Amino acid sequence: MSSTSVLGGVVRRREDPALIRGGGLYTDDVKLAGTAHAAFVRSPYAHARVVSVDTSAAEAMEGVAAVYTAADVEHLGPLIAQAPVGALRPLLNNGTVKHVGEAVAMVMAEDPYLARDAADAVEVDYDPLPAVVDLKESLGGAMKVHDDMDSNTLVTWAGPFGADEDALAELRAGIDAAKSRDDTVVVSQEMINQRLIPVPIEPRSVLADYQAGYGRFDIYSSTQIPSALAGAIGRYFGMALNQVTVKAMEVGGGFGCKLNVYNDEVLTAYASKQLGRPVKWTETRREAANSTIQGRGWVATATMTGTNDGEILGFELEGIADMGAYSQNFTVAIPFLGLFVGSGQYRFPTYWKMDCVTTHTMTTDAYRGAGRPEAAYYLERIIDMYSREIGMDPTEVRRRNYIPASDFPAAVSPMGFAMDTGDYEANLDAALESAGWSGLLAERDAARAEGRCVGVGIATYVEVCGFGPAPLVDLGFSWAEYQMPSAFNGSGLVRIHPDGSATVSIGTGPSGQGHQTTWAQIVGDGLGMDVERIRVIHGDTEEAPPSIGSFGSRSAAVDGSACYEATRKVQAKAARIAAHLLEASEEDIEFGDGGARVAGTDSSVSWEEIAKTAYQPHLLPEGMEGGLEAHAIFSPGNATWPFGTHIAVVEVDPDTGNVQILRYIGMDDCGNVISPMIVDGQIHGGIAQGIGQALFEDAVYDGDGNLLAGSLMDYILPTAADLPFFELDRTVTPTDINPLGVKGIGEAGTIGAAQTVVNAVVDALESLGVTHIDMPLRPRRVWQAIQDART
Amino acid sequence: MQVSMSVNGRQVSGDVEPRTLLVHFLREDLRLTGTHVGCETSYCGACTVEIDGKAVLSCTMLAVQAEGADVTTVEGLAQDGQLHPVQEGFWERHGLQCGFCTPGMIMSAVTLLQENDNPSEEEIRRGIEGNLCRCTGYHNIVRAVEYAGAKMRGEEPPPAEWEES
Ligand code: FES
Ligand code: FES
Repeated sequence: MSSTSVLGGVVRRREDPALIRGGGLYTDDVKLAGTAHAAFVRSPYAHARVVSVDTSAAEAMEGVAAVYTAADVEHLGPLIAQAPVGALRPLLNNGTVKHVGEAVAMVMAEDPYLARDAADAVEVDYDPLPAVVDLKESLGGAMKVHDDMDSNTLVTWAGPFGADEDALAELRAGIDAAKSRDDTVVVSQEMINQRLIPVPIEPRSVLADYQAGYGRFDIYSSTQIPSALAGAIGRYFGMALNQVTVKAMEVGGGFGCKLNVYNDEVLTAYASKQLGRPVKWTETRREAANSTIQGRGWVATATMTGTNDGEILGFELEGIADMGAYSQNFTVAIPFLGLFVGSGQYRFPTYWKMDCVTTHTMTTDAYRGAGRPEAAYYLERIIDMYSREIGMDPTEVRRRNYIPASDFPAAVSPMGFAMDTGDYEANLDAALESAGWSGLLAERDAARAEGRCVGVGIATYVEVCGFGPAPLVDLGFSWAEYQMPSAFNGSGLVRIHPDGSATVSIGTGPSGQGHQTTWAQIVGDGLGMDVERIRVIHGDTEEAPPSIGSFGSRSAAVDGSACYEATRKVQAKAARIAAHLLEASEEDIEFGDGGARVAGTDSSVSWEEIAKTAYQPHLLPEGMEGGLEAHAIFSPGNATWPFGTHIAVVEVDPDTGNVQILRYIGMDDCGNVISPMIVDGQIHGGIAQGIGQALFEDAVYDGDGNLLAGSLMDYILPTAADLPFFELDRTVTPTDINPLGVKGIGEAGTIGAAQTVVNAVVDALESLGVTHIDMPLRPRRVWQAIQDART
Repeated sequence: MQVSMSVNGRQVSGDVEPRTLLVHFLREDLRLTGTHVGCETSYCGACTVEIDGKAVLSCTMLAVQAEGADVTTVEGLAQDGQLHPVQEGFWERHGLQCGFCTPGMIMSAVTLLQENDNPSEEEIRRGIEGNLCRCTGYHNIVRAVEYAGAKMRGEEPPPAEWEES
C-alpha cells in the first residue's frame, strides 16, 4: 500500500497504530497522582422543589474530600450558552429541579467507588411537582416549565428565511390557491421524529488539574471543541486564555454531544481549584443518557400539494421541537439548521414553521445532523406519500421538482439561501443506475408474488454544512461567549523543522474522523512530502491556533482549507529557497518526491536541505527572514451543500413485524474527496445511525418525565447482526467556496438514511394498507400497524 | 484482598476491595488502559478481554473472580512487535474510527477466529453482536475480520474496497 499521499489517495490511518494496540490515551486513561474522583447527586424527579440537601453523612465518610451544593457554586453563575434563549442551566440546583438527572450536589472522594457511595449518602428531600413532557401540552402553555418565564415557547422559526409576516401570508395564500384547484391533490401527515441519545461509546470524562503554584489549569476532556472549554473556564475563573490549557487527546466518538461545554466540566475545574489537587469525573452510561444532551424530538405535520402529474406546488411543515429544560450551547438553533434545508433540493414554494418549546426533560442540542435529518425526514416522507397518492414513480416525482443543475452557481433555495454547487438529477441517475432500480422493483414484485413483504425505498437529501460563513455571527451564531474567534473561521499552522519533518497544528477536535491522516495528506500533497514525515497535532489549545473545533461537518472544508492555505505559504517560501540553492528561477520550482526540483530537469533539492538552509539565515537569499512555517485563517464565503440519494430494500415479516434490511445503496456527493476510505467510513457510520433511528432507538420519557431508556438495555443500538454491508458510490460536484473543493461528509449518511428505510418499510406494507408508521419501526409497532390497517 | 493472575503472560498480583471489577483492576492497578469501559453493565462489549481462551466482559467480573486466571488484553496481542492478524486487519481495512470500541472488538474477533478461522459474513456479524460500535456501522469491522481470517489461514486477503481493481 502506498504511504505517499496524493489528494484522493488512500493511506492507512496515522492514528491507528496506537489505538489497535490499546495505547491510545482517552481522558479516563490519563492518571495524575493525587487525583480526587467526583460523583454527582442527581434528581430522580422531572420537576420538584428541593426541600433540603443534607450532606453531613457524606462529608463524615472516610475518604471524602468535599461535597458541594448550589450555595458553593452559585457565584459562578449558570452554564453559558451560545444562544442564551430561555432558561440557562444552574451548575448545581438546590431550587426547583427541571429534569431527571439534573445535578443537585457533587461529591469528591479518594476513589470513584467511594465517591458514588458518598453521593448515595447525600440526603435530598424533594417535593415533586407535575411535569410537562408532551410537546403539544407544552405549546398549549397550561403549565409552565419555568415559572418565571412568560411562555414555554422559546422561539419560533419560520421560513423562508427573512420573509416577513406579509410575505409568509402571501406564500401561504398561493399554496392555498393551489389546493383548491381541481387538478391537484393534497397529502398531509403528522409524524414524530423521536428523541435520540447520541451514545458515543466513550462516556464523557474530564480531568482538571489546577496548578496553584503557577495559577493555571491543565484540563483533559472528552470534547469536540477544546477551545470552547478553555474559553469557558477562562471566563468562569477570571483567567487569561494563556493560563488554561485544554487537551482532548483521543475522543471516543462525539456525534455532536461532546461539542457542548457542560456544567460537570466547569464543576470539576472548580473542585480542582478549591481542593488544590487534580479532580476527575467520568460519566456513567446512565448519566450519559439523562445528563448529556439528546437530539431530535420533533412532532410536525407535513403537507404537500401538487398536481396529478407530479408537479409540486407547495410544501408546508408546521410543528413543535423539544428543547428540553434548559438551553445549552446551540439548543434553540438546531431547528434553524433544519430550516436551512427545509425545501431540500427542490424548487417548490415552501412554508416552514417550528415552535421550539421547553419541557421537563434533558436539554436537546446537536446530535449528528442536528435539524437537517429531521427536516429531510418530513420532506422525503411526504414526497413519497404524494407519489403514492398520484401513482407516480417516486424517482420521477423528485426529478421533476429538483432545482436544475443549470441554476448553479446562482441557485437560491426556496428557503432563501444561496447554495454552492449541485447536480441533483445526475446524482439520482447515478444512484438508480448503481442500484439497478428497475431490476430492484422487478425483484420486489417477484418476491411479493411469492407472498413476501418486500419494499424498496428511496430518499434524496441536500445538506448544509461546512460552517461556515462569517456572517453567521450576524444571525446570532457567535462563539464569543466562549471567548473564541466568533466568526466561523478555520485555521492551520504548518511548521517545517530544521530536519525537514513537518508539524501541522490544528484546532479541530476529531473524535474518530481521522484528521491526523487527512491533514497529513493535504499538507503532504502540497509539499510533495511523504506523510510519514508529517505529524498532525490536534486537541490541544496550547499548541493549536485559535479555532472552533469539529462540528457540522466543517473540519475539512474550513480548517482543512486553512491548512491548505498555510501549506501554500510554506511552499512559496520554500520555492524561493530552493530556487536560490538550485540557481534557478522560482517559477520553475515544483514540489514532489520529498523535495523541490526545477521543472523538466533532474536538478533537485530535498526537504532536508531546504529546511536546514531555512534555519541558517546567512545562507538565505538577501533579505529573507529565517525559519519555515506559516499560519493561515480561512473564512469561507458560504456554507457547503452536499447532497445524495439513498436506496433501501427491506423485508418485513408480517407475523412478527420484524424488519430486515436486505440491501442499502448510497450515492453521496460531498465534492472532492481527500481520502475515499475515510469518507466512506463516515458514510457507513452515518447510515448506521440513521437506521438506528428508523428501526431501534427511542429516548422515550413517560408522562412524569422519567427517561424509560436510560441504559443500553432499553436504548437499543444497531448491532453488527442488524446491518448489511452498505453499497456506496459517489458523484463528485466540487464546491467553489473553498480551495479544496470539499464539502464535508460527517453527517450526510445520517441525514439520508432514516426516511429511506421508513419509505422502504411503508412500500413493503403498501398492499396491506399501511401508509405511515412512526419511528422507531420496532417489531411490535410494525405488527400493530399491520393489524390496524387490516381492521 | 490479595489477588493474583497472569495478565498478558506476566504474573501479577494486587490488593483490591472485594467489589473491585476486573476491568478496574486492569485499568487502575495495572495501568492497562487499553481495555475500555463503555457501560459497566454488560451491554457494550468495550471491556472484552480473553480469559482462558474465552471472550469475557471484564466489567461483569470481580477482580477476585479472576484469581489464578490467564488473562489476555489488547496490549498482549502483538508478539515481538508483530501485530496480531486481527489488529493488522483493523488497520488495513479501516475497522476503527474513534477506536474506543476497538480493543473489545478486536478481542471478540480474536476469540471468534480461534473457534472458526473461516467464518461467513453472518457468522462474523453474530460473533461480534455483543460489541457495540457507534462509528463504523460495522461494515469495515466485518471486512477487517475477513482480512484477519484470510491471513490466519495463510491466504491472500481480498482487496480493499477502495483499491482500484
Ligand atoms: S463496559 Fe463492559 S460491557 Fe460495557
Ligand atoms: S470506532 Fe468508535 S465506537 Fe467503534
